[in-house]
Amino acid sequence: MLATLIIVFREVIEAALVLSIVAAATKGVAGRIRWLVIGVVGGLVGATLVAGFAGTIANALEGSGQEIFNASVLFIAVVMLGWHNVWMNSHGRELAAEMKAVGHDVAVGAKPLYAVAIVVGMAVLREGSEVVLFLYGIASGGVGTSGLLIGGLIGVVAGSALGFALYFGLLNLSTRRLFAVTSWLILLLAAGMAAQGANFLVQANILPSLGHAIWDTSWLLTERNIFGQLLHTLIGYTARPSGIQLVFYVATIILIGGAMKLYGGVSSKPLAKPEPASTPSLPHAAE
Amino acid sequence: MTARFLPVAFAATFLAMGFTAPAHAGDVPTFEISIKDHKFNPETIEVPANTEIKLVVTNLDETAEEFESYELNREKIIAGGGGKGVFYLDALKPGSYPFFGDFNQATAKGTLIAK
Repeated sequence: MLATLIIVFREVIEAALVLSIVAAATKGVAGRIRWLVIGVVGGLVGATLVAGFAGTIANALEGSGQEIFNASVLFIAVVMLGWHNVWMNSHGRELAAEMKAVGHDVAVGAKPLYAVAIVVGMAVLREGSEVVLFLYGIASGGVGTSGLLIGGLIGVVAGSALGFALYFGLLNLSTRRLFAVTSWLILLLAAGMAAQGANFLVQANILPSLGHAIWDTSWLLTERNIFGQLLHTLIGYTARPSGIQLVFYVATIILIGGAMKLYGGVSSKPLAKPEPASTPSLPHAAE
Repeated sequence: MTARFLPVAFAATFLAMGFTAPAHAGDVPTFEISIKDHKFNPETIEVPANTEIKLVVTNLDETAEEFESYELNREKIIAGGGGKGVFYLDALKPGSYPFFGDFNQATAKGTLIAK
């Protein structure tokens, strides 16, 4: 039961962390909960479908279907995260000011909430399909399965709890700091996902690895360790990165960071009056 | 160019980064591992070091398994009922590379030894 709990927990936290970061990053935007829910539900439906067709997907494209599918899912998420960050960087300040002025969620038509839904959907899809396959394996295993399924359930709850903890932790920040912190988190999240996507394309023999392990910090921290895995999810930590992973990681930071600079020019200058250090927490913060 | 086109620009760049590199050449030495009763067979497999190899993992169990190795930097779900997973591994330095079945970690353990 404990083994099941840990395996499910590890899959769930990856999706939960992504969800909590984008949920925090869209604080104050009217309608975001609906889009986040669409993302989660869509991801769960997708995960079940992907799990059901796992064999078909794996055998597609000369046996590289699963890698290309995973890489595509990751790259789509990277693009949406980048898009979100660029948008936030050019509109975030106005958004924060308006939120403060009206004291409740503001409706921003141009805000790409669909991007947020897609990011969440992709994260749930990828991790969820593994959980479904794993639990299906247990369920069809026969003896003593109820204990294992309970372990799985506790794993889901524990993983979600960690996501909520990060979310509420982030909400403790003042609105301006929150946007700054989440945009860094999203930038690193995107870079890590791009590197992971690149690794799938290496596995599919589509990309050269450019060196199997450029360095090896597994003596310090492995992804086996729960802390290492958290860092893997959050910033793309890999104990033995291949050359191509480094290329994708750095390229993503340059691309998204560059676009943020390019399109955030106007509003990146400080406004006339500095905000007070902490913004009183808004009523919607606990929703 | 307005910010409106950024998603397209990002997507195009990533597609270009991802899919323009040529695939590796074909014939490489192939090694096979099968999974039965959530165990690998063989559990220890020797492969030549410093040369590219191909590893084929066949899952003879009814349920899916995820073949995973941090040391080899590989992870892939292998469908049950005879599903196959193919891995191309770059030239490995001599050493041992543990792998495991993520869904059955208690029993599914193995080591690839590059000599």
